[in-house]
Amino acid sequence: MSMKGVGTIQIKYMIAKNDFSKAGAAASNIKKTLRKLGISTDVIKRVAVAAYETEMNVIIHSHGGIMYLNIDVEKVTIIAEDKGPGIEDIEMAMKEGYSTATSQIRELGFGAGMGLPNIKRCADNFEIKSSLENSTIIKMSFNLK
Amino acid sequence: MKLREIQKLINAEVLTGEKHLDKDIKTAFACDLMSDALTFKEDKTLLLTGLVNPHTIRTAEMMDIGAIVFVRGKKPDEATIKLAEEVNIVLMTTANILFTCSGILFASGIKGAELSCR
Repeated sequence: MSMKGVGTIQIKYMIAKNDFSKAGAAASNIKKTLRKLGISTDVIKRVAVAAYETEMNVIIHSHGGIMYLNIDVEKVTIIAEDKGPGIEDIEMAMKEGYSTATSQIRELGFGAGMGLPNIKRCADNFEIKSSLENSTIIKMSFNLK
Repeated sequence: MKLREIQKLINAEVLTGEKHLDKDIKTAFACDLMSDALTFKEDKTLLLTGLVNPHTIRTAEMMDIGAIVFVRGKKPDEATIKLAEEVNIVLMTTANILFTCSGILFASGIKGAELSCR
């Protein structure tokens, strides 16, 4: 389906701290939205995985936050901004296998230290901004052309 | 291989998705860590796991995985089964352990899914 003539779509998702019962609801909605627009399955899968990892990160590691989905003719963009507490060492957080997750989180099947590297791998562009006691902001985009 | 044949081979009980048992399966991925499951390349893939919470279903949904086999006799709760039903994912459970299930399926021609190295 051509996206010509389709303006920018913006959807906002509120993510609550430790709300595991709703975990994945935002990513699932993002996936359905992209599917309705006829975006290619390769892009949809990469967006879905990155969005899910991001949503889980906000639930597990932050005091809660917001995920924004933006779709225009050129690209799909997801921005996640949380309320802290921030990442002390971003370089370490980007390393596969490094995690600060608790054993309770690991029992749920997460906290393997694969989240951020996996998001970066899925996205065409990835930026992260964070410091201790501040928000973490992640911006990722996926090219449609 | 059809899911129906897989069900017989590993002696599994179908928990939901009976109508999708004609789905074709080419590869499988076996793990209890969903962080790992989110890193492989889906290719008509079956997920074998002992993790029975809703995150297993959400992970499968994001990855376009059509079927999950719970090993070691594990069964998810009703809410998790309902979530799978909503997103059209077949759920089965078998008394076999992960190693035995993987061995049976590998010997029957199912290949291991590849890790995504994009």
